[in-house]
Amino acid sequence: MSARDLNRLPRWTIAALAAPAIVFVGLFYAWPVVALIHRAVTAEAFRTVVHDASLRRVLWFTAWQAAISTAATVVVGLVPAWLLARYEFVGRRWLTALITVPFVLPTVVVGAAFLALLPRSLDQSVVAILVAHVFFNVAVVVRGVGGLWSLLPPDLVGAARTLGASPWRAMREVTLPLLAPAIEASASVVFLFSFTSFGVVRILGGPSHPTLEVEIWQRATRLGDVGVAAIVSIIQLVVLGLAVLWFARIQSRHRAAIGLRPVANRRAARGRIERATVATLSVAIVVAVGTPLAALFERSTRTNAGHSLVAWRAVFGRQQLASARPTAASSLDPLGSLFTSLRFAAVATAVSVVIGGCASLAIVAMSRTGGRSRLGRALDTGIMLPLGTSAVTIGFGVLVGFSVAPLDWRAAPLLIPLGHALVATPFVVRVLLPTLRSIDPRLRDAASTMGASPLRAWREIDMRVMVAPLLTGAGFAAAISLGEFGATTFLTRQGRATLPIAIEQLLARPGAVLHAEGYVLATVLALLTFVVIGAFEGVRSLGDRSG
Amino acid sequence: MIAVAEPAEPAADAPTILTLRGICIGFGSRTVLDGVSMSVTEGEIVALLGPSGSGKSTLLRIIAGLIRADRGTVELDGRPIDGLPTHRRNIGLVFQDEQLFPHRTVAQNIEFGLRMQRRPGAERSQRVAELLALIGLPGFEGRRVTDLSGGEAKRVALARTLAPAPRIVLLDEPLTGLDRELHDQLTLELGRLLRESRTTAVLVTHDRDEAATIAGRIVRMEDL
Repeated sequence: MSARDLNRLPRWTIAALAAPAIVFVGLFYAWPVVALIHRAVTAEAFRTVVHDASLRRVLWFTAWQAAISTAATVVVGLVPAWLLARYEFVGRRWLTALITVPFVLPTVVVGAAFLALLPRSLDQSVVAILVAHVFFNVAVVVRGVGGLWSLLPPDLVGAARTLGASPWRAMREVTLPLLAPAIEASASVVFLFSFTSFGVVRILGGPSHPTLEVEIWQRATRLGDVGVAAIVSIIQLVVLGLAVLWFARIQSRHRAAIGLRPVANRRAARGRIERATVATLSVAIVVAVGTPLAALFERSTRTNAGHSLVAWRAVFGRQQLASARPTAASSLDPLGSLFTSLRFAAVATAVSVVIGGCASLAIVAMSRTGGRSRLGRALDTGIMLPLGTSAVTIGFGVLVGFSVAPLDWRAAPLLIPLGHALVATPFVVRVLLPTLRSIDPRLRDAASTMGASPLRAWREIDMRVMVAPLLTGAGFAAAISLGEFGATTFLTRQGRATLPIAIEQLLARPGAVLHAEGYVLATVLALLTFVVIGAFEGVRSLGDRSG
Repeated sequence: MIAVAEPAEPAADAPTILTLRGICIGFGSRTVLDGVSMSVTEGEIVALLGPSGSGKSTLLRIIAGLIRADRGTVELDGRPIDGLPTHRRNIGLVFQDEQLFPHRTVAQNIEFGLRMQRRPGAERSQRVAELLALIGLPGFEGRRVTDLSGGEAKRVALARTLAPAPRIVLLDEPLTGLDRELHDQLTLELGRLLRESRTTAVLVTHDRDEAATIAGRIVRMEDL
């Protein structure tokens, strides 16, 4: 028995740390999926699905729009990836952060931004959906491919060039093949997101372009076709499961790839052409990210009578609102949705941070018992499952799973933030695990030799290191909860709408003022998301500096 | 003892291949090369000797067309090539850290330049086999370059540069990072190889022994 075994955390501690996550995922993920399957497997529903031509059309549309979205995102994303990986210039870090902005925006906000930006003729068209998907997902490619690109020595291309390859040929023969693992990995993530796109399609697609997700929602809530909706959910679950497996395989291949050294591979642009290229592309990125967001704000001030802050006043001053439009006011309270969202986000963040934090510690502690811990891996995978499941399926599953006694919690307000926490916890764990795993076990050994008990050593070392990533995770969790739409759409009740729900409802109703109010809420939600992520990052970097 | 070679007199009738006139380059406010001029005649092996940071590698990159000089002219066979992109220059470059294509085999690395020249497959395999024999690694065609030892990788990098028969070969510290014994052995081999293949070459190094063993003429960076 090695010293590390002797000094490890007591077993009961590990069990206690893992328990909340197991109960949570079991109750709010596994049970709903079981309930969904139980509900789905009826001969009647199967017959309907098999003979339903419209479902086949929906599946086909979902697949091809996802494929085209993915291809376009990769092509568009390679340009900024190249720029940011190869050149050093003033504002490069800022530009990198800017490109990430669309990705952290709630899908409903992205949908609203393009609804605001695109001309009437493109509203509710496939083009609008594709453009919004590219905008939303391009950061995945820029981060993923750019990360690898910045590690590739530029001299590899130089070598190809001295051997007679044109720039384009060197790109095809050397750069692209070496980037292939990152391109494939990013592409599969983008495909997953586009395939399960719900918020964007609900806002931009209209009823004429449903994806599988929208179809599940329509059948379950609008048509009362719960059996068929459940089968479609199961199909969706299987497709996504296969995609995630494929993705995991690519990633393991990625890890086995050539050893790369992080060296200074960026350089300043030289010469007029290079400088002009860098400047032009930088401006283009700023415009591409900024224009939809500017359009969002512009439309929030636009009414039939020109530009004014009428909608802003209507949202933030309740009295005016009620008198101005009695029909809408009876069912929807824009300002109330803001507070509902904030309350839910607080609960979801607290829950996912506590459960995710404990589970991460348990996973790391389990794998310390000898490096090969099946239990640790099983727990990790279990927590990740909701991430590989579409939000709509989760929401639908929770609705079905908690609609019969003794678990009839459909109307419980807590169900919504708990659903959010289910989606947010995997992010908390993913942010925490690398940091916890990177702690040198000898630090703990050193603490033990100085008289610290395993629990004490762990508190002194692991807990301290956890604070910074935990704050990042909390920021993600809050942002996810604020923007969550797919699951919420099943669980929401009148008078308890969150911001995304309120935005979608306002934009779907006729009337310029209502639309403007929808854009007001979308602008507020976008700002709120930045503030939340920025605030947690800010606190974190303060901690980094002092520590 | 350090053997400093007498600058070899270029043969009277040998034509000038490479001429540099007043090459200047700076990065930001730092001037790296300030008016460098030199010429290399056919079959000559010139060593550029200087400490790190003296701009040797930068000079090679300018000659290869990987970076553009701020001022000055590079002439190949009497014609200025400053506007010519790298891949049309027919100038070979052996990189300090080889820069072998990690996703390709030894044979695929060596034949890369021949493929760019659209040579037929049979000719390419024959040339690869010849070069592998020349560098003492026969039968290495199918090896992964990531599995090669340090010395083997350096040899393959040289073979890859020689394969398309460039007009002139530039070598950027080609033997750094090897242990002493292997370094000395490869120094001898490299000198022999370049002379036997009558290659015109410019070698950049900070090692006077290496320069003396390989090159027929040594030029100090501070004298340029």
